[in-house]
Amino acid sequence: MAVVQQTVYPAPGSPGSPVSLKPRYENFIGGHWIAPIGGEYSPNLSPATGQPFCEVAKSTSEDIDLALDAAHAAREAWGETSVTDRAKVLHAIADAIEANLEMLAVAESWENGKPVRETLGADLPLAIDHFRYFAGAIRAEEGRTSEIDKDTIAYHFNEPLGVVGQIIPFNFPLLMAAWKLAPAIAAGNCVVIKPASPTPWSLMKLVEVLEDVVPPGVINVVTGPGASVGMALASSKRIAKIAFTGETVTGRLIMQYAAQNLIPSTTELGGKSPNVFFADVMDADDEFLDKAVEGLVLYAFNKGEVCTAPSRALIQESIYERFMERCLARIALIAQGNPLDESTMMGPQVSKAQLEKIESYVEIGLEEGAELLCGGERFAAEGEFAGGYHYQPTVLKGENAMRVFQEEIFGPVLAVTTFKDEAEALRIANDTPYGLGAGVWTRDTSRAFRMGRGIQAGRVWTNCYHLYPAHAAFGGYKNSGVGRENHRMMLDHYSQTKCLLVSYDPKPMGFF
Amino acid sequence: MAERVTATPAALETLERLRARHGDLIVHLSGGCCDGSSPMCLRAADLPAGPHDQQLGILAGVPVVIDGDQNRRWKSPSFHIDVAAGPAGGFSLEALEDVHFTAS
Repeated sequence: MAVVQQTVYPAPGSPGSPVSLKPRYENFIGGHWIAPIGGEYSPNLSPATGQPFCEVAKSTSEDIDLALDAAHAAREAWGETSVTDRAKVLHAIADAIEANLEMLAVAESWENGKPVRETLGADLPLAIDHFRYFAGAIRAEEGRTSEIDKDTIAYHFNEPLGVVGQIIPFNFPLLMAAWKLAPAIAAGNCVVIKPASPTPWSLMKLVEVLEDVVPPGVINVVTGPGASVGMALASSKRIAKIAFTGETVTGRLIMQYAAQNLIPSTTELGGKSPNVFFADVMDADDEFLDKAVEGLVLYAFNKGEVCTAPSRALIQESIYERFMERCLARIALIAQGNPLDESTMMGPQVSKAQLEKIESYVEIGLEEGAELLCGGERFAAEGEFAGGYHYQPTVLKGENAMRVFQEEIFGPVLAVTTFKDEAEALRIANDTPYGLGAGVWTRDTSRAFRMGRGIQAGRVWTNCYHLYPAHAAFGGYKNSGVGRENHRMMLDHYSQTKCLLVSYDPKPMGFF
Repeated sequence: MAERVTATPAALETLERLRARHGDLIVHLSGGCCDGSSPMCLRAADLPAGPHDQQLGILAGVPVVIDGDQNRRWKSPSFHIDVAAGPAGGFSLEALEDVHFTAS
């Protein structure tokens, strides 16, 4: 076998790293780096080591006000910019990210803990493509004209909402920013965006490369705790829409603020996604079976910190033993440790709190009688990574009624159970309050179609999993949120409809 | 009804301190995604208990609630609330003091 050279990137700021590092990062408002008014900063840690590597602004509601001032100052001009020129800016953003792909991939990996092979191969390429997709989509948008009668015409125009607020999660600091920013600015809105508290810096590195590309005030970034800046942004009377990805209580809070201000909101709130494997996947020992095994092991992608993580595997009982044997052998090959080592397949969890929550859930699962098939403890990384938040890929076998099957753990913990037939598979798949993602694996396309239509989830990956191409709508059923992303229909979520109803008939109506 | 939620002295002290600073509070046990499956401490007026929430008990004068469906699916467990270093996620107020509540 050919030996593939695997790069080990030095940590940001150290000699040989593609990532430069400043001791502290201010907010990005109106095209300038602006110190937080309160003058406070928070240490920003790498979960790989547990050590701080820079400081970021610990902003307050006053900083949100400044950002909203800047966004409103830019709003009219950006909204009136032709779609041709807006698309040019989106293309320029994509080009700037592409030119700095390696740098941003290393930065994001170091801050979030996700392995650099994922940021190089998925997060950044997808983020780049997202801006290009919406650059194209906005050029192809058109309003509709309705002929009410021969003299009366309704012209429909898409108009920007104005200034929108966006709050993104820690698990894909750059891709989630791209998902939210691209449609919003393509549609002619100006944005105030708040990155997640554990991962603010990656977005600041992104903004550094966009400084000269995006007109001032179109994108404004404010870092700080959700309890101060998130709340100030979401409850502001000066936003026309709020978009949020996160957990359910904050989702409810966001929708409540939106209700109070009579503005729209979109929310994406997580899941407990079923990944269903029918017996026929083992009808042959071929590439497809190999793909299905990988499909199960994808629960460890991004160390399980994915809203759509396939965290419930449902396996037809006739193949359970043989199939799991293969899957466990594949899981045993997962290399852990330094996320900046290209051979690392699973990095550390994003924070100590997340690590401890995972430990507590595994304990809950075992107390409920789940069987531990692998993992179940921290991973002992060596050297400078010993202080990182590493956890072993874990599999628990049990029943769908157990808490570890019902609660989102947000870590590399797979809950496995079996089913007898298709009807039972569908029942278990839908026995969850969530409905974000799902997977179906079978060689029988009729069954795949029935299951896909029967599962109550916004995205049913069929004979694949964890693909996130632009132009494939993504969003939740049930408690997994309201709205869609990743598709040109997002332009509607970020637009207002103006109807000009025009009469070309000179005659009066005759009422008065 | 027996209290289904208890707390460590440190968690109770934190709740009392937050109450003195922010006024009446409520703790929601959150489900799902990112910072979820953990207690979220909010101003009571910001997200009062909804029609389908169930109250688990009162800690330091602060009601602790959970979504009714979530409670049923989690099999009505009892919770023990503690506080640990590192800022909370979501909009939970203890993040301002660089700590977070935990539930076990």
